[in-house]
Amino acid sequence: MLSRTADHLYWMSRYLERAVNLARMIDAHQRLGLLPRAPEAVLQGWQATLVSLGLDRAYRERHGAVTAGAAFDFIAFDREHSGSILQCLRAARENGRAVRGTITSDMWETLNTTYLKSLAFSPSVPPSARGEFLEWVKYRTHLTRGITSGTLLRGEALHFIHIGTFLERADNTSRMLEARWRDPGGRGERLIEEASEWAVLLRAMSAFEMFRRLYRDSVTPLRVTQMLLMRDDLPQGVHRCLDELQANLAAVANQQSRETLRRAGELHAQFHFGRFEELCAEGVTSFIDRFQERLRDLGERIANDFLVPEGTH
Amino acid sequence: MAALACAYDEMLDASGAPREHCRQYYRWLREQSPEHLASKRAEADALFHRVGITFAVYGENEGTERLIPFDIVPRIMPAAEWALLEQGLKQRVRALNAFIADIYHEQRILRAGRIPPAQILCNPQYRPEMQGVNLPGGIYAHISGIDIVRDHDGRFCVLEDNLRVPSGVSYMLENRKMMMRLFPELFARDAIEPVEHYPDVLHENLKSVAPAGVTDPTVVLLTPGAYNSAYFEHAFLAQQMGIELVEGQDLFVRDAVLYMRTTQGPERVDVVYRRLDDDFLDPLSFRPESTLGVPGLLTAYRAGHVTIANAIGTGVADDKSVYPYVPDMVRFYLDEEPLLANVPTWVLRRPEDRAYALAHLGELVVKEVHGAGGYGMLIGPAASSAQIEEFRARISAHPERYIAQPTLALSTSPTLVAAGLAPRHIDLRPFVLSGREITVVPGGLTRVALRDGSLVVNSSQGGGTKDTWVLGAPPGPAAGAGAAPEQPC
Repeated sequence: MLSRTADHLYWMSRYLERAVNLARMIDAHQRLGLLPRAPEAVLQGWQATLVSLGLDRAYRERHGAVTAGAAFDFIAFDREHSGSILQCLRAARENGRAVRGTITSDMWETLNTTYLKSLAFSPSVPPSARGEFLEWVKYRTHLTRGITSGTLLRGEALHFIHIGTFLERADNTSRMLEARWRDPGGRGERLIEEASEWAVLLRAMSAFEMFRRLYRDSVTPLRVTQMLLMRDDLPQGVHRCLDELQANLAAVANQQSRETLRRAGELHAQFHFGRFEELCAEGVTSFIDRFQERLRDLGERIANDFLVPEGTH
Repeated sequence: MAALACAYDEMLDASGAPREHCRQYYRWLREQSPEHLASKRAEADALFHRVGITFAVYGENEGTERLIPFDIVPRIMPAAEWALLEQGLKQRVRALNAFIADIYHEQRILRAGRIPPAQILCNPQYRPEMQGVNLPGGIYAHISGIDIVRDHDGRFCVLEDNLRVPSGVSYMLENRKMMMRLFPELFARDAIEPVEHYPDVLHENLKSVAPAGVTDPTVVLLTPGAYNSAYFEHAFLAQQMGIELVEGQDLFVRDAVLYMRTTQGPERVDVVYRRLDDDFLDPLSFRPESTLGVPGLLTAYRAGHVTIANAIGTGVADDKSVYPYVPDMVRFYLDEEPLLANVPTWVLRRPEDRAYALAHLGELVVKEVHGAGGYGMLIGPAASSAQIEEFRARISAHPERYIAQPTLALSTSPTLVAAGLAPRHIDLRPFVLSGREITVVPGGLTRVALRDGSLVVNSSQGGGTKDTWVLGAPPGPAAGAGAAPEQPC
């Protein structure tokens, strides 16, 4: 397969995954806003999210002070920066368009329809329709994934799609955990005692029912964290994502990818053989920081070994 | 509905009655309610949007996508008429290929004095780099799009030859798919020649011209990229043929051999179906600033390690100033009389032609010799006097850049427009494939000028497209036995 084709497939799936993850993230905040919390706490939550997405500066320049409505619109609908849901859907479609001969017509038509329908959404949608928008994004990505798995050849193209998806998802799950641990922003780590806030996180990730089934116990920050990091049977879990990442990388291995595979294996081994308590001995957020550093490294290495190296686009 | 006065209508005769071969279809068409036809057209638009069969228009925002309007009334051609046309097309393309090979080798036709040498050798489309280069099978124009019109007598004429990177075949294929989806009942009833196998024929054709000694050639399609106006077609054809769609950055040349960069390392490429003009193919040999091509490609090509389709330098034969000589080429190379006529053409480089044209600008169509896409032309009868004067000045300053032709009453076909069915002018672009054999898939792309009275069918100028039906040869008495009973006509 052409390296450039693999590159487009990889980014197509990353952007699609990012779009739905952004939807889950702001869904969590929407839901938190409904809990009996101090208004400052809600705003600090949005602030923490903007920081973790790297969008806080761009936001301040445009809107100044953080408000829930403006932050929602900025992350969901803004077309001026590349990090919004709408822009991710557009980027997924543009990457798909570049390889529409490689993906199936069903996949392309779904990506294209998603994009065309997304043009109808803008900050002017009434607040009551916002939740609907997030559901729509989730639905369209579910649909795209289903069509991909239902129509695409089990080959290289699918491997690169999976590599993109699971790298993005591992990153997102860890980011959402981190944001929760840091909330409210700026005051350092502290345990949030309110089980309901962590339950909101689980629901936004569609993992609440799984938590109940697996733990049959009350929702605590540590249990939620352990589940989302360490379970290898939870599709949103970091461990699971690394399983998939490793397997798909092994399937496309080439002459120069040995070191990349080694690092992927090493990272995976932490979750596969490590103890949660020991990994997080220095605090959850510092563990996640290091983890994200290594994910970034993996992403760069994958680009160099298989795709179009970053900076040469 | 009456046909336009003086133009030949493809479906109706002068009395307004359907022609023999269209009778069945026309009756069906008249039975459909306007609402039904409108809903079918809306369905087609929605489908084309979803599939993303769009094109970009130069001069608009980059990435702007528009649909080419699709008309649901097909253009129908009887078997005998097509057989004649097919023969004429094959003859013409054989002569054109012989001409290009001659120009880049002995130049017999120039030495015989049939064409003024300066006309060819000073033409910007002439590529001295190609002189003496031998190509597999001696084929230069592997894919040719020959634009055919019908004059008021119903006679086919060639309007122009497209031998560089002719486009539009994807619309031929998608239009058929759409018609079969919208009106399956019509295909069950009429014997309509299929076109779906075009990508297979094209792939076979490209493989048949691979460099000598390559047994299982790797063919790629080279596109300028996703923002090119014909990108949909590039991606579509690559997918249909099952070959890689590559951009210049995906290819590189090492030791005069062409490779593509893959996830498993470099892979050798034998045949490049390029959808990129000569100028952009190799920055080392042509435009140095172009980033679309592949440095060193010409070296690999001249070494005979890769086939480029169409060959470099074919433009020398599809230039409008060379067009008037094509019938002569048929006589010169094939020793045959041309089966397809040219449209009468005044070459404004010639003083007597120029004098005539300048005196009759109001009746003529003036075209730029190197123009394409319907840009930069004057249609005398539709032009304002200011436009005519502007062209008069331009012609006087650079007569060699222009040719003139009579304003043809292009044939018409019933077309669904806002007010219902109405005649609109059409042309036809069949695609002729030359390799070990020469093949024409029955039909082609019918383009239609949607504006009332307009003669410009180009998609960039408000043209649309139609499906083109070539009817199967009528069954003999025996073949009809056992077939489903047909309604009497």
